[in-house]
Amino acid sequence: MTEIGLGHYLTLGAVIFSIGVIGIFLNRKNIIVILMSIELILLAVNINLVSFSIYLGDLTGQVFTLFILTVAAAEAAIGLAIIVVYYRNAGTIRVEEIDKLKG
Amino acid sequence: MVAHAIFFYVFSIIAVISAIMVTVSKNTVHSVFFLILDFISISCLFIMIGAEFLGMIMLIVYVGAVAVLFLFVVMMLNVAQQKNQWFNSEVTSSGHIPVGLIISTIIFFELIIVVGGWKYKPELSNPNTNQISNEISNTHSLGQVLYTDYIHIFQISGMILLIAMIGAIVLTFRRREGVKTQSYLKQISRERSEGIEVLEVQSNKGVKIDD
Repeated sequence: MTEIGLGHYLTLGAVIFSIGVIGIFLNRKNIIVILMSIELILLAVNINLVSFSIYLGDLTGQVFTLFILTVAAAEAAIGLAIIVVYYRNAGTIRVEEIDKLKG
Repeated sequence: MVAHAIFFYVFSIIAVISAIMVTVSKNTVHSVFFLILDFISISCLFIMIGAEFLGMIMLIVYVGAVAVLFLFVVMMLNVAQQKNQWFNSEVTSSGHIPVGLIISTIIFFELIIVVGGWKYKPELSNPNTNQISNEISNTHSLGQVLYTDYIHIFQISGMILLIAMIGAIVLTFRRREGVKTQSYLKQISRERSEGIEVLEVQSNKGVKIDD
């Protein structure tokens, strides 16, 4: 219990990943919360990579975590820009009202 | 070791609770603040297990840039007070909740199976590429591999950031009609010949300007 190993960090990553997936599925409010859930999922992936990197003594995981950070920042910027443009055109970003494509 | 365990449990419980609050919070601004709390506690965990550079970068990038970006967009779009309507039956009649719960539970147990595999077969690991050394600091060793072995990926990630910046500007840029702004190109490309006209003024007749 007092010995924190790789399994503890992987479990934390699994819990946060699952919460992110639940957030994507259950959200009926607006798209911004879905983007935040995607950020949570990327955070869980980062936890897994860093904990593997530390406990296996290999630096590659931390390098790739850096690149995931880069891609997550770019994705957040583009996603929020798309949301702003959509709100300007449609006047709403509620999830159930975005059905232009009838998907 | 006990201190490590105590700090791990404190930060991970804060992280999990704030992650839950991000998804269930009624107010979107509160969701953004819980997202910030989540990032802060996870970066504390990173600093604690020895990835100091990543923890600090996470604070700067996520808390300093991404979360503030979310906050700006939430405040600009006037969606902060929209009520959370998950549990209304007429809204969620499409049955998203059970499907989401089933899928996320399956994903969680698959990830736990991975944890069990690493717990009972630790000899499967074969890390021999970039050993973490104890002589130099974390930032130093990351820099040593980042600018040598991974230089191409590093530059590609810089290009990704540039393209994202240009894309965000192009998407949200809007040229309004009827606004009188200076056109620098028009101003500096004026020539003397089109600006003034030299007329030969004859005596007792004057000049008639018709334009």
